[in-house]
Amino acid sequence: MSSTLSTPSGTPAPSGKGPAKVRRARPKDALTPAAGLGLGVALIWFSLLVLLPLSAVVLTAFDDGWSTFASTLTDRDTRSALLLTVGEAALVTLVNVVVGTVIAWVLVRDQFIGKRLLEVVIDVPFALPTIVAGLVLLSLYGPRSPVSVNVVGTRTGIFLALLFVTLPFIVRTVQPVLQELDADVEEAAASLGASQFTILRRIVLPSLAPAIAAGASLAFARAISEFGSLVLIAGNIPGETEVASLKILKFIEGDNYAAAASVAFLLLLVATVVIAALDVISRRVARRG
Amino acid sequence: MSIEVRGITKGYGDFVALDDVNVSIPTGQLTALLGPSGGGKSTLLRIIAGLEVADAGSVQIEGVDATSLPPQRRNVGFVFQHYAAFKHMTVAKNVAFGLEIRKRPKPEIKQRVDELLELVHLSQFAHRLPSQLSGGQRQRMALARALAVEPKVLLLDEPFGALDAKVRKELRDWLRRLHDEVHVTTVFVTHDQEEALEVADEIVVINEGRIEQVGTPEQLYDEPANDFVMGFLGEVTTLGDHLIRPHDITVHTTEQAGAVRGEIVRALRIGFEVRLFVRPAGAADEGADVVVTLTRTFARSLGLEVGTAVWLAPETGARVVPVRRGSAGVLSDETPVSTEKGATAAV
Amino acid sequence: MADSTYTRRRRGPVTVVLRVLVIAYLFMLVIWPVSLVADRAFRPAGLAEGGFGPFLERLTEPGTVYAFNLTLTVAFWAVLINTVFGVGISLLLVRYRFWGRRTLSVLIDLPLSVSPVVVGLALVLAYSSARGWFGGFLESIGFAVIFSTPGLVMATAFVCLPLVIREIVPVLEEVGTDAEEAARSLGANGRQTFWRITLPAIKWALVYGVVLTAARALGEFGAVKIVSQGAEFNGETATLLVENRYSNFDEASAYAVALVLVLISIIALVVVTYLRPKEDRP
Repeated sequence: MSSTLSTPSGTPAPSGKGPAKVRRARPKDALTPAAGLGLGVALIWFSLLVLLPLSAVVLTAFDDGWSTFASTLTDRDTRSALLLTVGEAALVTLVNVVVGTVIAWVLVRDQFIGKRLLEVVIDVPFALPTIVAGLVLLSLYGPRSPVSVNVVGTRTGIFLALLFVTLPFIVRTVQPVLQELDADVEEAAASLGASQFTILRRIVLPSLAPAIAAGASLAFARAISEFGSLVLIAGNIPGETEVASLKILKFIEGDNYAAAASVAFLLLLVATVVIAALDVISRRVARRG
Repeated sequence: MSIEVRGITKGYGDFVALDDVNVSIPTGQLTALLGPSGGGKSTLLRIIAGLEVADAGSVQIEGVDATSLPPQRRNVGFVFQHYAAFKHMTVAKNVAFGLEIRKRPKPEIKQRVDELLELVHLSQFAHRLPSQLSGGQRQRMALARALAVEPKVLLLDEPFGALDAKVRKELRDWLRRLHDEVHVTTVFVTHDQEEALEVADEIVVINEGRIEQVGTPEQLYDEPANDFVMGFLGEVTTLGDHLIRPHDITVHTTEQAGAVRGEIVRALRIGFEVRLFVRPAGAADEGADVVVTLTRTFARSLGLEVGTAVWLAPETGARVVPVRRGSAGVLSDETPVSTEKGATAAV
Repeated sequence: MADSTYTRRRRGPVTVVLRVLVIAYLFMLVIWPVSLVADRAFRPAGLAEGGFGPFLERLTEPGTVYAFNLTLTVAFWAVLINTVFGVGISLLLVRYRFWGRRTLSVLIDLPLSVSPVVVGLALVLAYSSARGWFGGFLESIGFAVIFSTPGLVMATAFVCLPLVIREIVPVLEEVGTDAEEAARSLGANGRQTFWRITLPAIKWALVYGVVLTAARALGEFGAVKIVSQGAEFNGETATLLVENRYSNFDEASAYAVALVLVLISIIALVVVTYLRPKEDRP
């Protein structure tokens, strides 16, 4: 407490970052009894809702040691479902890295009528319920398509649905970074003789790289675990267009919970790795300053 | 002449940043563009670098018409107020950037980078990222980066503006010494008159998009072309109808012909100096107070204190400039400058 | 001023080409398909009748009304639980220091990256009366979670869990504790400080988080599908109804309900976009 009181409000922060930093530097309090009680209640709820059920998935996957887990994953259809999921997710992420960065660039650096509308359009895939997202795509690319394209039951359909639901990730992570990029850094490069293309390649893109990586891992994680938008589109042909999440559903419906848990465990693993990767990236960016 | 600026005009919407500016910047010298914030000096520097495009006028660099050249082809070094460090590159990579763009052979780049880092005292930081450097070190890195490509002119936009006072002063002296070593034509923008007076060979005073005066620090201080220049470089006070430096006023305790009579209303002692605020007879409030600085010894010898009646007159040889009156913006072509002979106080 | 500078001022042919490509991409992927939903809702295929009247009839038939009611009930409880829990845990994370705080703040984000199907599966494995860890106990007290409304609420609360917290935590960090300490020094007790100082400070972030949660809760599908019977009048939420009707070749009803859900999401989106700047200036 005394540290806050002894800092006169008018004193500028030493590093010029503003008074907010001074305030944040204040050490946190140890738990009071009331806060401790609150924390206890919150932890119990969090455990009941999230931690215990997720542990149940992990334990069920390894109920009888490695055998169920291994046999599930070596099953031909399951393996091809996993490969298809990872492959499609990687492809979609790759497309998003390019397209998402370009969209962010256009939204930040270009000026045109209707730009504000596009800003809202970018978020639509986030806002729509996933099943509706699938239905939305079917209205243009399904049966009765006005452009005579029917992607139901094809890998193209899966690709399209994943492209739709992952659209905002890279745009939304890259956009603010691009906005904050100092004009003088690009000017410095220009006055040192760098062409527009060189500035883009050597100055702008490297500065965006962490944001692109963060957005890409989010998009990849979402694509791996996507379910709702694929239900109506994928067609679930085993070995052909059956993705991991739909495979889990099929196992559940067939009362094969151990197998469902095995595939789910893999998806959980990917989610955890992505969270860890994001943490590493954000810390690295913080260090670069 | 290294840089010839002719008839440069630049506006942003209704705001006129530069209005028909003509100036020549001599080769090999350290020139300061001095003026208040928003006066157009940074815009002029950026136009010389090609980072802004002027609405009218031309820029010549070393005899080459650069008006329509992009910044990439002007061969100028530019240093920004906020360093503009390439954050994802090491210090050495930052400095090497311009040379790599020019596709110089690797060994040559390495040698040149080492030399430059030596020059700016950053050799031991070559492999650090800019975020691991202090502000002053980052600015020295930016300077080395700009010098690496052997620019025809070096342009610095408020280079010390983001640094704290002590580092600022160190870097200022260091820039002066560096320039004496490197001799590249250098133009730097500052709003700090002390910085300009200390470092520059020549000063260009810019205000409201126009050039007020060009000259050496001595010329500007001793022979200001008008009241703006006089007021901007050094302290100034109003005595009667004229602007005068506070230390150019003589204080008498007895009535003098032609001197202004007043009463001391406040006295501040700052080190060896005494600053008196003298309210002229008949003046109503502190707005009309005349500021006088004199040494402590002298003040004591006259027995000056609050309430003492004094007579003020310009010292012999003092530079005075009439206060500009009437409609704003009217500049007298030839400002009458008079040296009045007043009686000196006997010590 | 930044726009008149050399490097950012240029509008070359590349800029125009990219702009056109981006607009075309977004048109084909988002704008056109979304706008076709309205078309499908009012001009359905085959024998189904088109127009506004039949559209309204489809929305007001008992099965649909039940689905919307269930969705609203589930969303209401999920939002309520997540708001209380979210505010509480955010205060704990920002204002206190305790063992495992950092781990908790990382774990809190986990639900956003877990596949909805896995969420559903996890809840079934923990709570279903047939095979859940707590199934036997729950059955013995006669409380069904899975295949009943509590399960739907839990599934929805799970997937929306971090949304409120992610909005409040940065704001709490930003406003600091000066005002709270001032209030305490003026004699306010903990409850007064919370209601009169802390809550007003995080008001907009909280509203923003609640809107996000509500939108997500109304539209949740995957997790809900696993923990619900999903049959008409028996755990069929609006999103499940969309799937069921579409699969049963009742495209007209599917698109009618989908249109309502699209409109809700877009309204939420507009509200959120409108709130955003307000929240940025504290």
